[in-house]
Amino acid sequence: MFKHTKKGIEMRKVAVIGVGNSKFGNRSDVNVAELSFEAVKPSLDDAGITAKDVEFVALGSVGAGAWYEELLPAVVAAEYCGLTKAGLVRCEAACASSSAAFQAAYSTIASGQAEIAMALGVEKMREIDTPTAMEWIGRAGYYLWEFHNFGPTFPAYYALHATAHMAKFGTTEEDLALVAVKNHKYGSMNPLAHLQNRITVDDVLSSMVIASPLKLFDCCPMTDGSAAVILASEEKVKELGIDTPVWVAGIGYSSGTANLSKRLDYVGLEASVQAAKMAYKMAGITPEQVDFAEVHDCFTIAEIMAYEDLGFCSKGEGAKLIREGQTEIGGKIPVNMDGGLKAKGHPIGTTGCSMIYEVTKQLRGEAVEKGRQVPLKNYIGLAHNVGGTGHYCYVTILRR
Amino acid sequence: MDMSSMPTIKSREIKIVQEIPISKTLKFWEGLKEGKVYATKCKKCGKVYFPPSADCPECLASEMDWIELSSEAEIETFTHVVVRPTTFQQYKPYTVAIGKLKEGVRVLAWLTGFKLSQISVGMKVKLVAKISPEGYATYEFVPL
Repeated sequence: MFKHTKKGIEMRKVAVIGVGNSKFGNRSDVNVAELSFEAVKPSLDDAGITAKDVEFVALGSVGAGAWYEELLPAVVAAEYCGLTKAGLVRCEAACASSSAAFQAAYSTIASGQAEIAMALGVEKMREIDTPTAMEWIGRAGYYLWEFHNFGPTFPAYYALHATAHMAKFGTTEEDLALVAVKNHKYGSMNPLAHLQNRITVDDVLSSMVIASPLKLFDCCPMTDGSAAVILASEEKVKELGIDTPVWVAGIGYSSGTANLSKRLDYVGLEASVQAAKMAYKMAGITPEQVDFAEVHDCFTIAEIMAYEDLGFCSKGEGAKLIREGQTEIGGKIPVNMDGGLKAKGHPIGTTGCSMIYEVTKQLRGEAVEKGRQVPLKNYIGLAHNVGGTGHYCYVTILRR
Repeated sequence: MDMSSMPTIKSREIKIVQEIPISKTLKFWEGLKEGKVYATKCKKCGKVYFPPSADCPECLASEMDWIELSSEAEIETFTHVVVRPTTFQQYKPYTVAIGKLKEGVRVLAWLTGFKLSQISVGMKVKLVAKISPEGYATYEFVPL
């Protein structure tokens, strides 16, 4: 079952065999359990299995007891979806929580503990008022030393990076706006997306300032949504006769300091650089071999930093990449063809699994609506999921 | 589907206030009241910590000296926060900045006393301790 190599025991191969993604948006028609069901059921149907076949479930969700009412969402979702009795855990890695859940589910299978596991993400962000949601997310850093006296919001943490990137590399507010314009364009083609309106650079520049230099249209919306991913061992893939398994080729992870003041600079996220290196090494590839990527664009500046941190261009060249249209379909590397966090929406604990959903659909070539399917050359896609402001990072590489 | 008209019920209301221990960094909090901003310095490896830390993440020693920080700082980045969280609604929009001190540590704090258009990366400012009007012990960057 395990390959013995010079370095020791090699992990088992693991594939994504089923994915599901709820409609993203203001989902005040459903509670957290009902919303989970909307991702779990299609993922089971997609894999051709039942809930009883799932041996282990890792749930990514952040707002338990804070912006929604359930303190133990994993047990609530599992009961509602018929998954009770499976091994169960909730993973917290801020906005990368369900990538952490994916890693946990992956490891359970790769290590031989389970044959079928599920990573699930669910978030209900709109049950409380907006300033209180801003409060909770602003506290997602170091409450005692940075939030308590100074009240930085989540947009503010990224705005600090935007100011520094603009000062050092000459990145402009127009460059940031181009990211929003691109992601709204693809979001408009994605029926699951929260925001489906096309916008212009002027719309972004004239929108209200949230935390300078970031404006309303530089920011992702507050979104409800769920996504589920089913993983299986190579043996199980054969047994089930899965015709288009998408293999987990690489997973990388890293983290950054809680205090923003402990970072060495504000022009990139070191956790992204390290997580990407680890994932590329495990997959045995270079950034040039990646056909397309889902990157963490909670704010427009985050997508530009991601281009650089993931090695799609050199440091400081991110704005050039978006200006030249290199991250559109037909460019060097299409990025966020589902609309990204910016337009599809960012239910924070859900985003990781939703990225895996999109990468899997694209790799199967079944994505997707006309105009969103990326050209596939190496059949390699990458998902880059940041938690907080580089507090956590997970990079996942899938290959068909 | 109009989501704003969906039927809901309200959860029971709770008020949350946590009591945060400061016994190991008390000198820092007392120092603010005396107009001083303190950091800690590891007696074993010499590393300086701001925010002050009672234990050293570098060498895991727990013997620290208290040092008073110099006041001059260079602004590395800043943002003007317009849309504010619930517990900061009573303030006008504020500027959050990160400045680097000559001891090598960085400090995140409010930057006051400037118009937004006067602020730039690289400018020199002064770090001062203060007591806020509501009685919070804090510190901020002000003009030199």
